[in-house]
Amino acid sequence: MARFPFSAIVAQDEMKQALLIAAVDPSVGGVMVFGDRGTGKSTAARALASLLPPIMAAEGCPYGASKEDQARYPEVCGQGKMVKRAVPFVDMPLGATEDRVIGSLDLERALRSGEKAFEPGLLAKAHRGFLYIDEINLLEDHLVDLLLDVAASGENVVEREGLSVRHPAKFVLIGSGNPEEGELRPQLLDRFGLSVEVRTPKDIDVRISIMKLVAENEADPQGFSARWADEDTKILNRIAKGKARLPKLVPGEDVLRDAANLCLAVGADGLRGELTLMRAARALAALEGAKSVTRKHLVAIAPSALRHRLRRDVLDETGSTVRITRAIEELFG
Amino acid sequence: MTPAEQPADPLDEAVRAARLFLLAPTLYGGMVLRGSSPAREALVAALGDGIAMRRMPGHVDDERLLGGIDLAASLAAGSPVRQRGLIEEAAGGALITGMAERMDASIAGRLAQALDEGQAALVLCDDATEPDEGPPASLMERLAFACDLSQSRRWQGVELAPAKGTLAAVAPLGEAAMKGLAVTAELLGVDSLRALIFAGEAARGLAALEGRDAAGESDLAGAVRLVLGPRATRFPPEEAPEPPPEDEQDDQPPPPDGERDNQQDSEQQQQEQDLSDILVEAAKAAIPPGLLEQLSQGKAPRRGNTSGTGQKRKAANRGKPLGARPGMPRGGAKLALIDSLRAAVPWQPVRRREQGGDANSPIIMRKEDLRIRRFEERAARVTIFAVDASGSAAAARLAEAKGAVELMLAQAYVTRSEVALVAFRGEMAELLLPPTRSLTRARRSLTELPGGGGTPLAMGLNAARECAEAVIARGRSAALVVLTDGRANIAADGSPGRTQAKVDAEAAAKAIYARGIDSLVVDISARPGPEGAALANAMGGRFLALPRADAKMLQAAINAVQPPRAA
Repeated sequence: MARFPFSAIVAQDEMKQALLIAAVDPSVGGVMVFGDRGTGKSTAARALASLLPPIMAAEGCPYGASKEDQARYPEVCGQGKMVKRAVPFVDMPLGATEDRVIGSLDLERALRSGEKAFEPGLLAKAHRGFLYIDEINLLEDHLVDLLLDVAASGENVVEREGLSVRHPAKFVLIGSGNPEEGELRPQLLDRFGLSVEVRTPKDIDVRISIMKLVAENEADPQGFSARWADEDTKILNRIAKGKARLPKLVPGEDVLRDAANLCLAVGADGLRGELTLMRAARALAALEGAKSVTRKHLVAIAPSALRHRLRRDVLDETGSTVRITRAIEELFG
Repeated sequence: MTPAEQPADPLDEAVRAARLFLLAPTLYGGMVLRGSSPAREALVAALGDGIAMRRMPGHVDDERLLGGIDLAASLAAGSPVRQRGLIEEAAGGALITGMAERMDASIAGRLAQALDEGQAALVLCDDATEPDEGPPASLMERLAFACDLSQSRRWQGVELAPAKGTLAAVAPLGEAAMKGLAVTAELLGVDSLRALIFAGEAARGLAALEGRDAAGESDLAGAVRLVLGPRATRFPPEEAPEPPPEDEQDDQPPPPDGERDNQQDSEQQQQEQDLSDILVEAAKAAIPPGLLEQLSQGKAPRRGNTSGTGQKRKAANRGKPLGARPGMPRGGAKLALIDSLRAAVPWQPVRRREQGGDANSPIIMRKEDLRIRRFEERAARVTIFAVDASGSAAAARLAEAKGAVELMLAQAYVTRSEVALVAFRGEMAELLLPPTRSLTRARRSLTELPGGGGTPLAMGLNAARECAEAVIARGRSAALVVLTDGRANIAADGSPGRTQAKVDAEAAAKAIYARGIDSLVVDISARPGPEGAALANAMGGRFLALPRADAKMLQAAINAVQPPRAA
């Protein structure tokens, strides 16, 4: 299927917002998308990756190393000169083995010359880009553990098969899945920065407009992208401005207090909730071009940042989103 | 043909779908052909004339699917030999696979990716016989057409006539047509947008088959029958639908000016209304009969779930590593490279002499040097609850049982165990919840669990035993928890009668004993009688009387009987 322009994606505002926040500030942590099939999850993730401007990376480097990477990892990233390449988007299949993900001994070279060389895996490919995993809830737990670990540390450390390799692996992890088919352990969920719930749009007109756009894109992909190029550029500019603005935005005491109060009120376990809430609110403010981080940003992002961190009460049917909205109303009126 | 006309044989519809598929293989993704029948063979053969088909065995491994180094050939040649993967080989054509209902989730994931990228089309032959079984949902979703040929009585004369026109020559769908499809999808409970998009393209494709330049009413009806009908999750309302969105719309965008527009508007609406009526009629004719039965019982189909829940694979590629052993790395087994090299090294001087190499020549490996990794996998535990939902097991107790199952599930995160639920009441026992870790699904099937009726204890026990046997056959361990008052009054064949029921229940319990399944009988009647204990005795299991317990106590009791697996 042809790449679909990000700006042409209809509805699904929460998902788009979360993806943009992750693009502005990757340190927010990954994005977990819950939802049924056929709701545009992977379309949105792919569209975002192809929207972003190319990065400068060392030529021929399997890790797509930046200048800083070359300085930090001289032994793996080499001294190659910088060339442009597209932001990587790695679609990790469900059946991927650990070898393919973290990399393994290079079979070819080992067999030919008995040489011990490292063959980079998907994590290396995803460096400085996006790693998308559809049906992450069906992925084996140890792989999810590993992915989240690498995503958090920004570095892949391989110690196996007699190899000892360290290489940079900074990426935005995007997971998607349908909770009806099996759930992620709460420990893992907690490590995703944001989570969003996507539903298939129920409004007939929205559905019709989606059909129209897809048909247009199918009939003439080039022309279609060209028509949306302006809108895409606008989004791109917002991201670029947001990135530039981000370091200047320091959340005030009052916002931090709000964040802490909110996390206490909903009973989000651990400190990660507050931190993510703060970072995400800041990224949202940057994205909107605001002068400072305010309660408005905090409230806007709270459901995405906290929804998956609430302690689950099996006998309580109330959805997490409802609990958060209720807490916001009680606290901030 | 008129849209409401019933197709004479499922094969006719399948032939239409197949012609569409041939028109634009990657656009439609492919087709699912359900039911082993001569009709399917004939159709597949006819498809083979129209598109290059590559057969993919169900046990294909990653290397073969995606390509990579052909190890055996590389060793023989002394230099790396690449082999192309099946997906690559099928590029521009279609992969066809049989027994698709047994396909592994990891293979389905790869194929779904290939479909998304338009690398190859896919034809799935689904031999499932149970309505619950089916190919992986991730693939069903991505293939436009699903045809059930199991009831087909014909097989001769399958001919896929080439299209008279092309897709490109067909105009895009109009507003009214799209609306008709969208409303119909809504009425049928088809949520996925992919389905809707497929339906639109199928309508255009049908027009192209006939060489028309725009999709007409009959094309839309045909598209609904082919794409939306088989995906229906609910039965469209009998009454001529008065779609609420349209009424609301009437108020929202105020017509620019004048009555003329209004008039036109309502005329147009009337037409749209008629169109969606026609389409819904078409869809009704296309909903498969088995599905119809399920839908009329108000039950959404659970197709494709069998492979959705990340079933356990062989221990060849996961678990705790053990030592390596000689063998070829195929069928998912991984090469243990270091061990293989280690095995080859001592022979190097001899082999070099044989082959006339010198000390600088590359290491010479032979097939017998290869070592593969082995893993030890712990069997996951599945706790099967058999819940007596009869009238005698009072409603309140049923709620407790539900609570206990939910608590056990919440724990399943930690112990990585799974839970299944069998309920029996009236004249039937059914597997409400196949082994799962999903709390959401479990909760839903528990909420749907009705109470009342007789106590077909024997049926319940048999169903639970069958479930346990299936679990054990997959290499996992099963434990059975029966919540009942033990007062059976429906026999195994569904006839009422206390005496026969008791005999049958005892026989069923003994069968469980014979199978060596761990079991626990929890007597949930208000005044425990001797029946529960007798039942536990016959099953060789433990007995627990819980006349007044809440869900937490019940859970504690179950845990006490089944010590949690050591981590």
